[in-house]
Amino acid sequence: MIPLQAVSLALVAAGGLGVVLARDVVRQAFVNGFYGLSLVVLFLVFQAPDVALSAITVGGAAAPLVIAISIARVNRRERGR
Amino acid sequence: MTRRLRTGLFLAGGAGLSALFAWGFAGLPAFGDYHGVYGRLLNRDALGQTHAMSAIAAVTFDYRGFDTMGEDFILFASVLGVALLLRQVRERDVDAGQAVETSDPVRAVGAIAVPAFFLLGLFVIAHGYLTPGGGFQGGVVVAIAIVLLSIAVDYGSYAALVRKPLADLVDGLGAGAYVAVGVGGLLAGSAFLESFVSRGKIGELTSSGTIALLSWASGLEVAGATLLLASEFLEELLARRQR
Repeated sequence: MIPLQAVSLALVAAGGLGVVLARDVVRQAFVNGFYGLSLVVLFLVFQAPDVALSAITVGGAAAPLVIAISIARVNRRERGR
Repeated sequence: MTRRLRTGLFLAGGAGLSALFAWGFAGLPAFGDYHGVYGRLLNRDALGQTHAMSAIAAVTFDYRGFDTMGEDFILFASVLGVALLLRQVRERDVDAGQAVETSDPVRAVGAIAVPAFFLLGLFVIAHGYLTPGGGFQGGVVVAIAIVLLSIAVDYGSYAALVRKPLADLVDGLGAGAYVAVGVGGLLAGSAFLESFVSRGKIGELTSSGTIALLSWASGLEVAGATLLLASEFLEELLARRQR
């Protein structure tokens, strides 16, 4: 394993831990975005550029969109209570 | 349960899990150690047979083109389901004029990001068989560039541009075009999804035969589907805000 691979693996581990440790949901959504980015780097470093491109579109666009809209919906329901 | 007991339980469980993980990973083959036959055959034959420089595009749109058609229709059907469900339960149409205003910095970033993402998406679709990429990835990027308009300009202009019938049409056209290319193979006298166009010269934009056509078809389908999905969710959000 070359150092670059070790570093990107460590980044993914740190990112995953960060998502779990974030307490505020909105902040957690942001941390999750950075975690998705670290996965993209991981796939690229392990020579899977096609998967990296898919990870950009899923982790960088589709998942944040769904998460952001869900948070907005839940927040409104709690405020209305 | 006291705090000490819980911590002890966690430490014992964590140690057990780590030991199992370490044991499992110690037995893994080295990185790049590959024993599959299919991959070796593809590495040897794919370039000569399909003239596609990206072996992954050769697999998804040629050797396994039928599977990709199934995946296209899975996406098509699930987006159709979302649209049917959300349109059914939405009580009234959204007044697009009432939507939120955006700030100048957001507009400035959007003015750069929207055209850049749009072009990048088209590039990724167009070069899917030469470099990494293809219809799926490029289609999502194109759709996201258009969705960005809703915050870069305002929701009203976005909704006016992306009329849902248009997104429906693009989605359906893409899915239909994939099947049409497949039937083209039948009409040309060979099998369904068999390439009936000249394979061209390796490395050129006009190479790889129907792989290019299928990549564009699924790019269209994915772009339409993503756009439709995002529009339905955005409209759902605004409908709740305005109630």
